[in-house]
Amino acid sequence: MALDQSFVGRSYPPTEPYEVGREKIREFAEAVGDPTPAYTDPEAAKALGHRDVIAPPTFVFAITYRAAGEVIEDPRLGLDYSRVVHGDQRFAYNRPVRAGDRLSVTSTIESVTSMAGNDILDIRGDVHDEAGEHVVTGWTKLVARAAGEA
Amino acid sequence: MAAKIAYDDVQVGTELPARTFRVNRATLVRYAGASGDFNPIHWDERFAKEVGLPDVIAHGMFTMAEVARVVTDWTGDPGSVVEYGVRFTRPVVVPNDDQGATIEVSGRIAAKLDDHTVRVDLTATSAGRKVLGMSRAVVRLA
Repeated sequence: MALDQSFVGRSYPPTEPYEVGREKIREFAEAVGDPTPAYTDPEAAKALGHRDVIAPPTFVFAITYRAAGEVIEDPRLGLDYSRVVHGDQRFAYNRPVRAGDRLSVTSTIESVTSMAGNDILDIRGDVHDEAGEHVVTGWTKLVARAAGEA
Repeated sequence: MAAKIAYDDVQVGTELPARTFRVNRATLVRYAGASGDFNPIHWDERFAKEVGLPDVIAHGMFTMAEVARVVTDWTGDPGSVVEYGVRFTRPVVVPNDDQGATIEVSGRIAAKLDDHTVRVDLTATSAGRKVLGMSRAVVRLA
């Protein structure tokens, strides 16, 4: 089913802040097997000029994707989530995410296209901290494969 | 930010140290919990096959995280990453055996940009085939 083109350019209200915890960063770093000290040791992070432990670059996806859920699950858009695969992912950082951040995401639908029966959705997530400063933007391309295609 | 590599010391074509990362079913369960992505294609073989996959596959974002390590280990400061993007072109298939799968990652400097930044082009393969396209990072060096 073709998606509703009128959704292009639509932004969703900023999410409630997500508070980034040291132990959540540690859990994520351990899950990807990355022993970088700046992810777990505040002193190591400070030695690199960071205020507290920082998160691995892709950590923020869990936050932007949760915010994108509001878009993905919007029944008016008509996306068949059971057929969705992650096509592309990109981030542009103003600074690394760090423990203590309270991050809010504003999701915007950048494009809605159809190609060979596949529905393609580009969602941008602008992430700001509690002071309103931009931290990182994530772009997520989701592809809903055509029905009937395994 | 405190990258340990100096902009003036690198050239286009400079290779980053290549790495091989292992991933098995336990890795994926752990990543699911840490990331909050519980899509069953990453842990339930029956479900994965029902939706047409050859077997359980790794989270694309897990692969993206591993590939980033080649860059952040090289610069010495994960805060040096200015931009990072990938295209997920082929899944990393993770069999339920002792070995699991491996992801082999290499990178080279493709361009020297303004403001002490360089673009690194990255290659990731699993089972001998590329699993990412357009995999690039822009990092700020010292």
